[in-house]
Amino acid sequence: MLKIKNLHASVDDKAILKGIDLHVKPGEVHAIMGPNGSGKSTLAAVVAGKEEYEVEEGEILLDGENIDELGPEERAHKGVFMSFQYPVEIPGVSVTNFMKTSINETRKAKGLEDMPANEMLKMIREKSEMLEIDRKFLSRSLNEGFSGGEKKRNEIFQMAMLEPKLAILDETDSGLDIDALRIVANGVNKLKSKDNAVIIITHYQRLLDYIVPDYVHVLMDGKIVKSGDKQLAHKLEAKGYDWIKEEVGV
Amino acid sequence: MIPVSAGMTENMELKEKLVSSFMAFENMVDIDSPVHDIRTEAIKHFEVEGFPTKRQEAWKYTSLNSVLKHDYSVFPKHEEALEFKDVKRYFIHDIDSYQIVFIDGKYSSHLSQTTHDGIDVCLMSAALTKPKYRLIIENYFNKIATKDGLSSLNTAFSAEGAYIHIPKNKLVEKPIQILHFSTGNEAALMLQPRNLIVVDENSYVQIIERHQSLTDNPVLTNSVTEVFTNKRAIVDYYKIQNDRETASLIDNTFINQNRESIAKVHTFSFGGKLIRNNLNFFQNGERIDSTMKGITIIGNKQHVDHNTLVHHIEPNCESHQDYKGIFDDSSTGVFNGKVIVEKEAQKTNAYQANNNILVSDKASINTKPQLEIFADDVKCSHGCTIGQLDDSAMFYLRSRGIPEKEARALLMFAFSNNVLDSVKIPEIKNRITKIIANKLGVNIGFDL
Repeated sequence: MLKIKNLHASVDDKAILKGIDLHVKPGEVHAIMGPNGSGKSTLAAVVAGKEEYEVEEGEILLDGENIDELGPEERAHKGVFMSFQYPVEIPGVSVTNFMKTSINETRKAKGLEDMPANEMLKMIREKSEMLEIDRKFLSRSLNEGFSGGEKKRNEIFQMAMLEPKLAILDETDSGLDIDALRIVANGVNKLKSKDNAVIIITHYQRLLDYIVPDYVHVLMDGKIVKSGDKQLAHKLEAKGYDWIKEEVGV
Repeated sequence: MIPVSAGMTENMELKEKLVSSFMAFENMVDIDSPVHDIRTEAIKHFEVEGFPTKRQEAWKYTSLNSVLKHDYSVFPKHEEALEFKDVKRYFIHDIDSYQIVFIDGKYSSHLSQTTHDGIDVCLMSAALTKPKYRLIIENYFNKIATKDGLSSLNTAFSAEGAYIHIPKNKLVEKPIQILHFSTGNEAALMLQPRNLIVVDENSYVQIIERHQSLTDNPVLTNSVTEVFTNKRAIVDYYKIQNDRETASLIDNTFINQNRESIAKVHTFSFGGKLIRNNLNFFQNGERIDSTMKGITIIGNKQHVDHNTLVHHIEPNCESHQDYKGIFDDSSTGVFNGKVIVEKEAQKTNAYQANNNILVSDKASINTKPQLEIFADDVKCSHGCTIGQLDDSAMFYLRSRGIPEKEARALLMFAFSNNVLDSVKIPEIKNRITKIIANKLGVNIGFDL
């Protein structure tokens, strides 16, 4: 589904990704771990299409198509979704209206009619219940005054509404208490299928207790230096990153 | 010899033409009425003052040169009829309302719906000539309009416009729409509508005003509206400015408020070549509330200037100003908000905000709060911001599949929509959101 080949990316002429190779197949869950500043969030943003990042070399293929030249909305229309580490507050736009616009613009791009209002409401109700989101919350301005946990739950709610092919969760676990973490993980697990894939970017292993990864990759200084199965995450949790640095000689 | 700039000559030409037209005008009106003494006085003022220039502090950022250069007809030659179906879209047509409609400055009985049933919603031309209105005219006409050049010019030629008198204890349920159409029958047309609105004790009225040109022939409207909000009266005034980019508007509105009255003016400026809103509130009594809010969204070479004044004269009053502006292309905006708090006006609460977004590098806004406070126990706040659309918000919306243009429109609408919270007529709210979507070139519902 997603094939990243020798990806080099920079921001303001500063190289951040220095040759990433990653292959994600439908039905898989990949975790990307690594110390601060290793380039994890940059990788997520580059795949989602943030324009400040310059791809210097390599390519990002989605179902065989190079998406490097596409705008973020076109990637979203093709099924890419990123859950933001810091969701942006947008006063004046309600969660419901935002979702309605988002879904209908995505449908428009696929040549479909707007989703009928009753169908939309039903979907909003179902998905918000799944994530234990209060109805009142949906008429509030997007992320404005939301707690950290509410913001993250709202991100997963959007994911549930948009049903992406490829979901990248950028530190979705940070700022979540244990109950919220369970709700969020539960939501993600319900959305998982053999046709979609999830990339989880995290510092900690605790989210991976709930969403079990098929592969764990360690990102350091812009490169994937080690890959393994879920045992690797446990080892990182217990021993930190220093042993990898020694092992690979970073 | 003193060099004369091109602008000045053009101003002079139009000024000469207007002054000499006054004699022709005198043949059309009753020169023995007391009102005509006021007109004669006013034309003398205009002769002295002329049109404002950028040398005047209040006009520093707005030059009238480009709108004064046309050879405007002052008296349209023939009358034109319009069919309702052709101009329906300029009305708020999905509500029951009174309508006072003018075509090229002439009253259109065909498109209007006036009344004398308990309230007077009719014509200035009738009010200025018929004896039954004499007392109101004597007490209110030209009592608060200032004596500057433009207002004086309007006073000199005052003959037609809307006349509204709501006697005490009347809750007027139907809003009153005042519409001015110009048909393009004249190569260039100058209009001087004059409105008088008197709302007596405990009464309530909603007014919607719109100026609409139907062709690209240049139009310049220099309008004066005097509003008297008497004790505990409420006036809710909406100005929809979405004219063609060959039409310009100078709107001079003066609102006198007596104790415990509430006056609100919402100004929505999306169209026109040049718009200058001179909006003045005079608080003559205690516990008065004055609100002025606006949304300006313009592009190309459009220019919108909001020049507000709130004169706090007595204690325990409030004023609220909230203006949002979005400027694209080479458009320019001005906000000049003056608040005067007299020594006696203790416990005044005056709030002013002006927030702007510049979408293009070539757009500009000049914003200037002007607070003159002579009382010592007051709360006065003001804030102005000028910014750009937030890149991270744009990425967030786009990453959810909302295309760039729509994302930008959504953010712009979100930026300005709190101004709509205080709009009491839902149909106006709907209309404004549609105009905004249209202006921003998107087809998305902003039903937030």
